[in-house]
Amino acid sequence: MKRKLYELAHSRAGDKGNILMLSLIPYQEKDYSLLCKEVTAEKVKQHLKDIVDGEIIRYEVSNIAALQFVCHQALLGGVTTSLGMDTHGKSLSFALLEMEIEVKEAVIGGK
Amino acid sequence: MIRIGSGAGFSGDRLEPALILAEKGNLDYLVLECLAERTIALAQKRKKENSSLGYDPLLEKRMELLLPALLQNGVRLITNMGAANPVGGAQKVVEIARRLGLSVKVAAVTGDDVLAFLDTDAPATETGKPLNSHGRVLSANAYLGVEAILPALEKEADIILTGRVADPSLFLAPMIHHFGWSADDTDLLARGTIIGHLLECGGQIAGGYYADPGKKEVPNLANLGFPYAEIKADGSAIITKIPDTGGVINLMTAKEQLLYEVINPHEYITPDVIADFTSARLREVGPDQVEVTGGKGKERPKTLKVSVGYHAGFIGEGEISYAGSNALGRAQLAGEIMRKRLEESFDELRIDYIGVSSTHRNTFGEWNKPYEVRLRVAAKADSLGEAAKIGEEVESLYTNGPAGGGGARKYTHEVVGIVSSLIPREEIGVSVVVKESGLVEEKTV
Repeated sequence: MKRKLYELAHSRAGDKGNILMLSLIPYQEKDYSLLCKEVTAEKVKQHLKDIVDGEIIRYEVSNIAALQFVCHQALLGGVTTSLGMDTHGKSLSFALLEMEIEVKEAVIGGK
Repeated sequence: MIRIGSGAGFSGDRLEPALILAEKGNLDYLVLECLAERTIALAQKRKKENSSLGYDPLLEKRMELLLPALLQNGVRLITNMGAANPVGGAQKVVEIARRLGLSVKVAAVTGDDVLAFLDTDAPATETGKPLNSHGRVLSANAYLGVEAILPALEKEADIILTGRVADPSLFLAPMIHHFGWSADDTDLLARGTIIGHLLECGGQIAGGYYADPGKKEVPNLANLGFPYAEIKADGSAIITKIPDTGGVINLMTAKEQLLYEVINPHEYITPDVIADFTSARLREVGPDQVEVTGGKGKERPKTLKVSVGYHAGFIGEGEISYAGSNALGRAQLAGEIMRKRLEESFDELRIDYIGVSSTHRNTFGEWNKPYEVRLRVAAKADSLGEAAKIGEEVESLYTNGPAGGGGARKYTHEVVGIVSSLIPREEIGVSVVVKESGLVEEKTV
């Protein structure tokens, strides 16, 4: 069945210039391998196609069971000169969490 | 062991968490990180208008509040609130101390300001185009590392004011000073940098920028406690906060903060070291206690990053709301009217529907129609007068636009853009000026 990432994981957005970073951290560390398999850089690029113009690089940060997506050309020029509402892109962690992935059984995140 | 607190994560941060740390944290050092990339360009402008200004606008308020507790409890303060004028800021701290009848030794660290000799024909890292082609250059500041702060610590200053310094270096410097870590021990430098990185955003590791009701609960965010670290000589630490303050420190908050603003987790580059965040370990060891251990590092880069602020024109904005039946339809009609009237005069025009698609720039999935929508129009202009036209046009929708438009607001502001470049370390000359409130003594070393 399809599940929103929001149900399985949490995320924090950061910015440097026109680069947006999005972490993706499963509530349960056992779900890390599922996220590694399902949440590829290509799928995230497709999901965020109207936001991220450049390349997306995915880092597997297995020491803390988390993924980091580094999205280039993502902030309408960057915090200082962007005309957007959210110039830092701080709200975009929740854009990532709207992405849906295929999961075999119902997995409910959160505490 | 030393205890280092983080009392501010940005220029406008809350004031009282730092006081709580200074009073109850049994700290050795308190760090206030108050300098965003743009802030120093704005500070440079204030200094141009008045040469005694150019330090952080909240310096006076923060120091009046903190000085008595810092001095009484022997907590040394390290902060980048010097901004564009650390010496002027130090003078102000001395004045405040005299007014409060306190004896204080203040060190101002300078050398980050490279505007006078930076080659502005050099290409910007981000665009490849000459730095000065982006707009009139307002400021150029190199990110200094621990070697700028260590001499001030050796002078036994109570308060150390810097300009642009890499954020983790503000925390790493007192660790090196206290433990006598060698500049060659890149693993220790990396561990200290990781601790600094976790602390540098103040409340962000303690439950700030984290809560999501029903999913990630955080108690008492209204009184969020800021973090401090108990650090050992081997570069391991426990990150915690003062009992009975709000917030939460756990594995989840620590993971979010470890990755915050990190471009490459394998190589986090600072002026002091290249730290590998994938070699650090995080563990919950008690309520509101996360232990950080491990961490590997590589030799620091030969160049320093320079952040260059330039004048990037003006932005004008206008907003107006529509509510009830067909709110979105009426807002969209208003948006079309604005586009028709403005697109010929403004190259970069942005039309957003707040409540629908303004923050994520589109809408993911299926959502019910919003009850109310706020139209937002924004554009860049060369002059303040031109920028003001955006808000004026939006305001004119009151009588000339769709039915039921209310709550129009208009804004303009000057834009400072930031690009960066690199500078060889040997071109930087760091100096420390010490001022004391008790004596009339000024020394430059």
